[in-house]
Amino acid sequence: MKLPRFDYAAPTSIAQAVALLAQSGGSARPIAGGQSLMPLLAFRVTAPSLLVDLRKVPGLGEITIGADGVTLGARVRWCDIEAEARLATAQPLLRAAMAHVAHYQIRQRGTVGGSLAHADPAAELPGLAVTCDAVLTLQGPGGARRVAAADFFLGPLETALAPDELITAVQFPAWSPTRRWGFQELSRRHGDFALAGIALHFDLVGGRATDAHIGVFGACTRPHRIASAEAALNGQVPAAVAAAVSQAVTEAVTPMDDIHASAAYRRDLAGVLAERALLAAAGETA
Amino acid sequence: MIAFDLTVNGESRSAAVEPRTTLVDYLRGELRLTGTHVACAHGVCGACTVLVDGQPMRSCLMLAVQAEGAQVTTVEGLSNPEALTPLQAAFRKHAAVQCGFCTPGILTTMHALLTNEPHADEARIREVLSGNLCRCTGYMAIVAAVLDARAHYAGAAA
Repeated sequence: MKLPRFDYAAPTSIAQAVALLAQSGGSARPIAGGQSLMPLLAFRVTAPSLLVDLRKVPGLGEITIGADGVTLGARVRWCDIEAEARLATAQPLLRAAMAHVAHYQIRQRGTVGGSLAHADPAAELPGLAVTCDAVLTLQGPGGARRVAAADFFLGPLETALAPDELITAVQFPAWSPTRRWGFQELSRRHGDFALAGIALHFDLVGGRATDAHIGVFGACTRPHRIASAEAALNGQVPAAVAAAVSQAVTEAVTPMDDIHASAAYRRDLAGVLAERALLAAAGETA
Repeated sequence: MIAFDLTVNGESRSAAVEPRTTLVDYLRGELRLTGTHVACAHGVCGACTVLVDGQPMRSCLMLAVQAEGAQVTTVEGLSNPEALTPLQAAFRKHAAVQCGFCTPGILTTMHALLTNEPHADEARIREVLSGNLCRCTGYMAIVAAVLDARAHYAGAAA
């Protein structure tokens, strides 16, 4: 379908962009790469009065790597993350997951901020942000606020972002030298949305896992960490508890039936993927 | 209406379009560059892939105005009136075209891939090709043609 009619503005500062959003009374939407918003417009799922294009706003396209972790500006694209070689050590989990994000052409335009704001339950970045305890910076008319990823995603396409706020950045905590990671997802075709996915990391100290983070996406209405699975892993030799972790994941997820897969299949799948991710992280294969 | 300038296949253009006009509708409707095909119109099929500043993007998932100041290259812009390009020649040699509807999007995507990565292996080519649907399902010939064309791009890069 052709897109619905809307007005268009390309402001040149964050303050201008936020002011335009605020003036619209909630009927404007920001756009950057548009790789999630344009399909919604094409299906006429949404019909904003105004699109506020962020392409001329400076300072949103940077990847900053420092002692406090990795900060991705909202307009950083998937291809920028793929091209940033320093992420191989600074945030290897994030970098490895990029190969699963959509297709080559989409990765040239799709942005970090767009994926977070869109909040598709099957999307990789929201899953990674929640798993890694990332923190989002939101800019509104009254200033900036920081929101933990765990508090940001409320449900399918639903977030804590106010209509007059912009996501400006997401910060991933610093990666520790003893950290191990795994990432697994399954989709029906390459580049499709995941039927289920697991991201995990833990620190391996003296052969045992500590500070386990195990997150699931695609098998629930929003990405979340699984405390029971993390408890099953903490303090243990990873490979020895793979089955228990897998079982905990299967019991914790609450998927729904849809055209792509049944809830029962997704529940089993999440457990299988958790086991594979854990064994890969431990340096063994499933 | 919104006015802006861009470059399409090396020619400067001044556009004046409704904000909601997608890049593919501008290229096909205003410029009559109908080599770029549009099928799904929501970013799934890859038929409308064009190069924006050299990188492949879905022109149905871009507003025309977002190409302000950009160099846009369509499948027409990859062609040479004198002779087939190496990629086109490889597609012809391997009969990598059936109905042809997906072909422009595949040519633009694979041109960008081989320009960026002249030594892309078969697995990489197949991975990138996953963003372009061929409903004749003639993928094997397409992969063979792209593999065959690599030598030209590797030579150009050297």
